[in-house]
Amino acid sequence: MTQRFDHLRLERVTRRFGDKVVLDALELHIAGGEFVALLGPSGCGKSTALNCLAGLLPLSGGGIWLDDKRIDTLPPERRGFGMVFQNYALFPHMSVRRNVGFGLRMRGVGRAEIRRRVDEALRLVQLSPYADRLPGQLSGGQQQRVAIARAVVIEPPLVLMDEPLSNLDAALRLEMRTEIRRLHQSLGLTTVYVTHDQEEALSLADRLVVLREGVMQQVGTPEELYREPANAYVAGFMGYRNLLPMSLTQSGDGFVTANGYGIELRGTARGTLRQGPVTVAVRPEDFVVGEPPAEETNRIEVGVEVIEYHGRELAVQARLPEGQALLLRTSTRVSRGETIPVWVPRDRVLVFGTAQDSTTDSTSAEASPAPVPRAGEPRGDEAEREHEVTSS
Amino acid sequence: MTSATTPAPTRGGASGRPALSHRLAERGVDRTLLLLLPGVVFLIALFIYPFAYGLGLSFQPLPAHHSTDPLYNYKQFFHDPYQRNTIWITLKIGLPAALINVLASIPIAYRLRGKVRGKRLLTTALVIPITLGTVLTATGMIEYFSGTGWLNRILMAVHLTDVDHPVPLLHNYWGVMLSLIISGFPFAFLLTLSYLSGIDPSLESAAAVLGAGWFKRFRHITFPLLAPGLAMTFCLNFVLAFSVFPSAVLLGDGEGKTHVISIAAYDAAYQEYDYSKASTIAMIMAAVMLIVISLVLTGRAQLYRGSSGGKG
Repeated sequence: MTQRFDHLRLERVTRRFGDKVVLDALELHIAGGEFVALLGPSGCGKSTALNCLAGLLPLSGGGIWLDDKRIDTLPPERRGFGMVFQNYALFPHMSVRRNVGFGLRMRGVGRAEIRRRVDEALRLVQLSPYADRLPGQLSGGQQQRVAIARAVVIEPPLVLMDEPLSNLDAALRLEMRTEIRRLHQSLGLTTVYVTHDQEEALSLADRLVVLREGVMQQVGTPEELYREPANAYVAGFMGYRNLLPMSLTQSGDGFVTANGYGIELRGTARGTLRQGPVTVAVRPEDFVVGEPPAEETNRIEVGVEVIEYHGRELAVQARLPEGQALLLRTSTRVSRGETIPVWVPRDRVLVFGTAQDSTTDSTSAEASPAPVPRAGEPRGDEAEREHEVTSS
Repeated sequence: MTSATTPAPTRGGASGRPALSHRLAERGVDRTLLLLLPGVVFLIALFIYPFAYGLGLSFQPLPAHHSTDPLYNYKQFFHDPYQRNTIWITLKIGLPAALINVLASIPIAYRLRGKVRGKRLLTTALVIPITLGTVLTATGMIEYFSGTGWLNRILMAVHLTDVDHPVPLLHNYWGVMLSLIISGFPFAFLLTLSYLSGIDPSLESAAAVLGAGWFKRFRHITFPLLAPGLAMTFCLNFVLAFSVFPSAVLLGDGEGKTHVISIAAYDAAYQEYDYSKASTIAMIMAAVMLIVISLVLTGRAQLYRGSSGGKG
């Protein structure tokens, strides 16, 4: 029944609001059956892209093609896609059954056929006992499942999801994530999923698209993006929470050396780098507390400031002697106020040029959902630690 | 003082019994209740007392009628076809006027529900008739719609009519109707607009993506969610139209075709000086309005009236 397609092409899709370019020449090819996530902070244009795909926003430029058919000129009701809204947008005056059956009724499907398919969809999202309730009588997770059932029951060629999990609590979010993945695998519906949560995007998608201020930063599989982020901005989204503006002092043999904050780090160069300002990216979990083995040179000393207990691990906010905050995760017990040696393997340090996007360093760190360390807080033991660093 | 005999309420906390003020607050009794006071005084002094007084008066026919039957006035009213007919005359004006106002406000409010350029200007223009008052509107209409008014002159100029047959829009049913539309429509429009903007716009988006064209979206989504609001708007408009007085006097028919019930009450009070009869007519008027409103609201109770997802 599902109308399959081979290829959905977004060609230089542009959307402007007044003078502001919200989506700048987005170029994206999606294969049938794929699960693609659009990732970025709020205001990056990801929801705009989705609304353009759905037909709820007209394009300011470019085109959208489904195989050989141009669809960006069609109104939403003639595209035949399914969409899950952030606030679910369930029709409050209709029962769950009528909500789910709405798309089929609009298509003029017969009564018996509607009943059969709605029952099947409700079984799929495990809501059969709730068929005759009104949406207002359901919990958030149940409403979300109704919204998903309503979108997939019409067996659309493309399902669009606009941050469908953002209104749910943490436990339910994990549960629904698995549910969405399961549905995608069992139905094979091509899905475009918008989120600002990198974990959600990484765990769900076959391919990720990272957007920033309407410009596409990188496309690739979760693994590609996780291992080889194209720039510091993408790195910030892929868990490189420490993005340090430093300066490149030495290049060569695949590894380069960057200096700043009174420390020196060796790391892997991403792209060709010239001497000068660079951004050094390190994941909190790549720091190791303790003395490094002989061949590793990335040893620094940090003062522990804030410790969060996370069960197996501690999330530690520490500070370099020169004031820059660092985030690290460790299972080693540390205590507040302590000065500890940490090191990081040089193949886990990424060095990005800042030439093409000079504002990357701090903004992307702020975009990530976890708290960002503030620099320059008054500390009592500053002189003492400075002394230790210089003597070591 | 009683403080010596009764335990101080504030001490109750220690013995496990919550303080009096807490127990009262639990039942909704606290100092904010005083905020109701002006409203309650106003309601009693200006509505409940006069209403009860009028109701009492209506059961006390004037001594001149030589009747001790408390229902004398009511019987007289329904016995006299001229009096009785005022109900139908008023309903025939009030119901269509309210209906037209509500129906006309739907498409305009629907078009203007989102962010639309010039919305403020149009809204202001539509609201002006409310601020003008009925008498000024009526005077304007007399200028505009009379046999030698602009409308008829324009129609004559384009030969749609001639001097001997001007379009009669004054001093008849249509004059009163037009006046009710001019003064009632902005009211209906503003109410409908606010009800419409209370409906979450993403519901229509969802319906559109699911394959509903604009008409189906309106029929299946917007209209059912709007209907309770429309019923309310209709009721309020009907009440305004039913108690029409100035425009019926100024623009109505002199021979009784627009002899509405409020004029009948006025005549009873100030032509015949029969306050008792006037009160009776006023009570009948209130009863008719109540019947219509309760019919509409009974219908409304069948509709979905919960949250429509919007900003309310």
